[in-house]
Amino acid sequence: MPPAIDESNGSHNRAASPSQNVKAIMSFSLSVARLTLIEALRTRLPWLAAIVVALALGLAQFLGQVAIIEAAHIQATLLATLLRVTAVFIVVTFVVTSMVRETSDKVTELLLSQPAPRSAYFFGKLAGYFAVAGLIAISFAIPLAFFSSPGGLLLWTLSLLCELTIMAALSLFCVLSLTQVVPAISAAAGFYLLARSMTTIQLIAAASLSHDPTLTDRIVSWGIAAVAMLLPSLDLMTPSSWLLSMPDPSALTVVLVQTALYLPLLASASLFDLYRKNF
Amino acid sequence: MNERPLTDVPRTVLFTLLIAFSLQLAGKALQPPPRAQASDLDSTPSRIVLQLAGFGDTVPVAKLLMLHLQAFDLQGANQIAYRQLDYDRLSDWLERILELDPTGQYPLHAASRIYAEVQDQNRQRKMLDFVYNSFFADPDRRWRWLAHAAVIAKHQLKDLPLARRYAAAIQQHARGKDVPLWARQMEAFILEDMDELESAKIMIGGFIASGQVSEAGELRFLEDRLKEIELRLQTQKKKR
Repeated sequence: MPPAIDESNGSHNRAASPSQNVKAIMSFSLSVARLTLIEALRTRLPWLAAIVVALALGLAQFLGQVAIIEAAHIQATLLATLLRVTAVFIVVTFVVTSMVRETSDKVTELLLSQPAPRSAYFFGKLAGYFAVAGLIAISFAIPLAFFSSPGGLLLWTLSLLCELTIMAALSLFCVLSLTQVVPAISAAAGFYLLARSMTTIQLIAAASLSHDPTLTDRIVSWGIAAVAMLLPSLDLMTPSSWLLSMPDPSALTVVLVQTALYLPLLASASLFDLYRKNF
Repeated sequence: MNERPLTDVPRTVLFTLLIAFSLQLAGKALQPPPRAQASDLDSTPSRIVLQLAGFGDTVPVAKLLMLHLQAFDLQGANQIAYRQLDYDRLSDWLERILELDPTGQYPLHAASRIYAEVQDQNRQRKMLDFVYNSFFADPDRRWRWLAHAAVIAKHQLKDLPLARRYAAAIQQHARGKDVPLWARQMEAFILEDMDELESAKIMIGGFIASGQVSEAGELRFLEDRLKEIELRLQTQKKKR
């Protein structure tokens, strides 16, 4: 465990220097991240990822047998979609169940009783979940290496990593706020589906048959626009088309900017909830 | 009370939350609004794929597809984009949607009242053909769209034989109780416009004699039309 620091509101111990305090907090966060990774290993997440990769390769083989032309394209795009959705599902369920189990076992209380601010605990957990997301993104990119261009696959994997980090941070926010497995997973799944289909919903909303929209039409339209403002543009992330031909690198910039904008929002919203919570 | 007071939240967290929220809103506001393109209409997915997408329930898939299709051209009530659509593909999409939801009327409504209203006769004919070909699968429910197609063929395309073909199909196949008499009488009036007065006379006379016309006003209207046709026939005979 790290050296002693004053916990109450994260203020520094008068006896320790500021640099010692920062080191202690970092050390605590790293310990929490390491514990999260160990938990992922012990809950057989690597085995699950390996089974998914093996199944994906089997499916690719089957698709290759069935397709008459463009077999590699069909294999790459279908596998990419399946692997992306599976990766999101695994990350979301892992984050939610891990947090709920930790709370039930009173491990959260034990960690929060340590002489470190709550933010140190939070960032430790977040770092651990990001590491899990990174491992899943890399392992899920392996089967696609057989059917896609290396440059496209690299950008796709980076984009998948961004998508998974957003979903990990969102799941953490949901489970900290909702505390139960089913509501938290449902909220994360609803968020994912909505964020992925928001552009289509906006297009459909803009395509009203009525030339003279009523007040209800306008309210619905404003509501959709407001929800769209709050959601990240997940539909721009990890498109399977990137695997077929090297995309314009600016496409990845959009993904990185969106991730850089959304992660601080989710992290600060989660911290807000965590600081107000009584354990 | 399970919550701590707001003052327990460090100011840095509140500040970061406000800044991050503002940046997210600003970032989204700077993004261009989503815009559909007519050229983006892809080829129709197979029925099997759509069945899989709907987990076996095809009707919701059909409804969603119809809204998706509508989004390609109805941007802010701008109907100019219709002309840019590939009408062969559009026809395939409408056919597939109707196949998934045979009782749905939306594809036929869209074909006859929206897509057939463009100022391009080839495209109009494609949509009317779609309505005509679809009509025979369920005449008692789909007659109204074919009736509208007949009106378009007569007044916009000025193609009376085509209008007559549609009207004849309604007259011969739409036999349900809900099919109004005026729809079944359309062929007679189109024949009259085509100057095929003998046929029109027989048809209108047949309606009157059949006893299907129960309303006095409608009966009087038909009898007046019959008299007019007889007069025109006599005039034609005299000229000869």
